[in-house]
Amino acid sequence: MTQQFYVSPEQLMKDRADFARKGIARGRSVVVISCGEGIALVAENPSPSLHKIGEIYDKIAFAAVGKYNEFESLRQAGVRYADVRGYSYDREDVTARGLASVYAQSLGAVFTTEQKPFEVELAVAEVGASQEGDHLYRLTFDGSIADEHRFVVMGGQADKVSAAIEDGWRTSLTLAEAVRLAMGGLVRPAAGAAEPAGAAAPLPAGALEVAVLDRHSEATRGARRAFRRLNDADIAALLT
Amino acid sequence: MQESTANKVAAYATSSFTEHLQRERPELLPFTRALPTGAAVTAPLQVPHATTIVAMGYAGGVLMAGDRRATMGNVIASRHIEKVFPADRFSVLGIAGTAGIAIDLTRLFQVELEHYEKIEGTLLSLEGKANRLGAMIRGNLPLAMQGLAVVPLFAGFDTGANAGRLFSYDVTGGRYEEHEHHTVGSGSVFARGALKKLWRPNLTAAEALAVAVEALYDAADDDSATGGPDTVRQLWPVVYTVDSTGTRRVPDEELGAAARAVIEARTIAGREA
Repeated sequence: MTQQFYVSPEQLMKDRADFARKGIARGRSVVVISCGEGIALVAENPSPSLHKIGEIYDKIAFAAVGKYNEFESLRQAGVRYADVRGYSYDREDVTARGLASVYAQSLGAVFTTEQKPFEVELAVAEVGASQEGDHLYRLTFDGSIADEHRFVVMGGQADKVSAAIEDGWRTSLTLAEAVRLAMGGLVRPAAGAAEPAGAAAPLPAGALEVAVLDRHSEATRGARRAFRRLNDADIAALLT
Repeated sequence: MQESTANKVAAYATSSFTEHLQRERPELLPFTRALPTGAAVTAPLQVPHATTIVAMGYAGGVLMAGDRRATMGNVIASRHIEKVFPADRFSVLGIAGTAGIAIDLTRLFQVELEHYEKIEGTLLSLEGKANRLGAMIRGNLPLAMQGLAVVPLFAGFDTGANAGRLFSYDVTGGRYEEHEHHTVGSGSVFARGALKKLWRPNLTAAEALAVAVEALYDAADDDSATGGPDTVRQLWPVVYTVDSTGTRRVPDEELGAAARAVIEARTIAGREA
């Protein structure tokens, strides 16, 4: 019979957390940013079909970094949770807070009981009638949940991207400015790492995944569902 | 035999909201409850019934209209009920039959389409939508056998074929594609008779609206369970059009004008039948 070595709980948790952090740090960054016209979600993602950003419900969107299979299963679980809740109660009763708390519990359970923790980091965003009504939640691999304001940055060089966006963020940002700010943040650290500063080429529209939760979708589009994915032409039009 | 994890994951990977409910929350489905057998045979349940729906194609789209009356035996249960709903961006459905179940079924169908769109990232094809609705109606068959039938009419814009299409159903979930126009509900025979004379190919949307309002007027004339336009309460039929730009609810002003035009023409004609 093999003898199991004693590993202290602290060490066990630390090893798991390091493992998850390493996985997440390899990924490209995602920025979720609140602006005047709504909430912009910007991800560096060369694939046009494997999305990092998704619609959950009328006013709620999801963004993730890390392993695709893991966050995709969480996204689908979120859509199911929201649809069941909206169907059995009412559409109004589906909130980002409820969803984020379910995500936190699932991530926490996986972190402590499964063979390996999920190597993902999630953001759940809900657009409100005014900017004060916006909710941004950030969820990490161990089930920690943070209520953020203004913006959320996740993924590889989150700290550097975050610093860049912190500098440029204002309350009165328009959607175009918010997307430009997010792109500026995404491009800066990548260029800084590879070559001297100043040579940062902006990311082409094809390498970006951009979606927006429109604050006034009922008035502007006649749609209850605020989520709108921007295609390459939309992104190019927004940036010119 | 032990199921492998991969098999389990594949089996659980569904894009259908109905399937998900069947598995996890069957009590939420509108059609899982079976009534005690034999109850309906002796005394039919007194529940609100929704009635006449008309739908027709026009140049570049389809239009669906429903009257505003629900009846319960000889009593008018509601003057305000709405029986035509947008199913998603490119389709609408109208319901006739047991109102309570039909409205829940509509809600389920709306979530089903939206759920698929969110999970898959693409819209279901029009044929796919029509088939899903058929499966739901078939799910309601046990209740239909006991007198609680729901019969929908489904219309949508086929973005692939670039044309509007119409589907009718029977209580067993049988799905039939209809051409030109179709009607369901208690006043459907009268509305259909009117449509046969009023409808012609390549109507404009405005002409189709006038035809729909007049067909419902004829149905209300001869069927007590169908409500006509109510000028006192300002109640007009609910009408949706679907074309390449999506679904649109026809606003009350247009409907009021169309209904008044029909009433005026009939008043001037002064005919008895």
